[in-house]
Amino acid sequence: MKSATLEELLRHREAKSLVVLATNLNTGEERLVRPGDLDSGNSLDPAVAEAAADAFRSDRSRTVETGDGPVFLHVFNPPLRMIVVGAVHIAQPLARMAALAGYDVTVVDPRAAFATDERFPDVTLLTDWPDDALTTLAPDARTAVVTLTHDPKLDDPALEVALRSPAFYVGSLGSKRTHAARLRRLTEAGFGDDDLDRINGPVGLAIGARSPAEIAVSILAQVTQALRREA
Amino acid sequence: MTQPPRQDWGEDVLGRAAAWKARGDDVALATVVTTWGSSPRPVGSQLAVHGDGRFVGSVSGGCIEGAVVLEALKTIDDGEPRLLDFGVTHEQAWEVGLACGGKVQVFVEKLQ
Repeated sequence: MKSATLEELLRHREAKSLVVLATNLNTGEERLVRPGDLDSGNSLDPAVAEAAADAFRSDRSRTVETGDGPVFLHVFNPPLRMIVVGAVHIAQPLARMAALAGYDVTVVDPRAAFATDERFPDVTLLTDWPDDALTTLAPDARTAVVTLTHDPKLDDPALEVALRSPAFYVGSLGSKRTHAARLRRLTEAGFGDDDLDRINGPVGLAIGARSPAEIAVSILAQVTQALRREA
Repeated sequence: MTQPPRQDWGEDVLGRAAAWKARGDDVALATVVTTWGSSPRPVGSQLAVHGDGRFVGSVSGGCIEGAVVLEALKTIDDGEPRLLDFGVTHEQAWEVGLACGGKVQVFVEKLQ
C-alpha cells in the first residue's frame, strides 16, 4: 500500500466517513472507493462496484474475483455508536467498556453535577435534555441507546426518540415494576407492542450482576448479542 | 472531547503503521482477507509489522502471528506482496496451523 493511500484512509476515518479500500491481491495495487464513486461514470471494475455497494450496506469486507485477479474489499465504516442517557454510576464503567468494544460513546445528562469530565474522562458529554440530544444525535442502525436514569422525566423522552429511530438496540434500566410502569406510560404516549418489544428492560443479560461494573458487563453483553446474533 | 477512532479495542493498527512510516521506518501490513470455518479473527483484521520485528494488532488468536511476521519481513526486504494460506490443510507447508481447525488467508504488503 502506498503511504499516500494510508494517509487518505486515516483522514476518512478521522472524518468518520464511509470508505472501502480495494486491493488487488495479485499485484498489491489499491484504490479507495467512496459511496459517491459508485454513481458516477468511473473506472471501477463492475464486479468491484457491485461488491463494494453491497459491502457498504452490510459493513462486511470480502474478496471478489475480477478479470485482473482477486480484489479484497476492506470496509472502513464509522465506529458503532452508543448513546447513554444518565451520567450515573453504571454509566462510568459502561462508557469505558463500550469504548474498548469499539463504540463511540456519548453520555447525555442535563444534570450538570452528574455529567462532569472528572467522572467521565475522555467521554463525549452532552448536558442537553435527552429528547433534544437524541434528536440531534439521530440514532441509526449502527447505534445502541441505553437509558440509565430510571427517572421518567429523563428516560421517557429519550426512549420516545429512540423508538422512532432504527437503533439496533434500546435498553432501559429499572426493576420489573419500574419497567411495567414505563411501558404503560409509553403505551399512553401512543406506542404499540411492536415498539415496546424493542426495549430491553430490565436492561442487560441475566447474569446476576450486582456492582456497577458487573451491570455494565451484562448490558454490553446484551448489546453485543443484539448486534451479532442477527448476522 | 472525542475519542480516537478505534478499529480494534483501542489498538490503532493503521495509525501505528502510519506513525512508523512517517519517521522513516520500514513497515508491512498483514490483513485477513478470507476465512473458512471457525477462525479467531474476522476478515479485515490487521497486523502492522515493523522492520525490526515488532508488531501491533492480530490476525489470529496468536497461532500464526509469528509466521506472518517472518513473511512480512521478507516482503519488507523484496517489496513483493504475499498471499499466505494457513490452516489444517497447510499445516505441513507452514508448520503452523490453527488449533481451531479453521483456515485463514492473509495478504501481506509493504507500506511504500
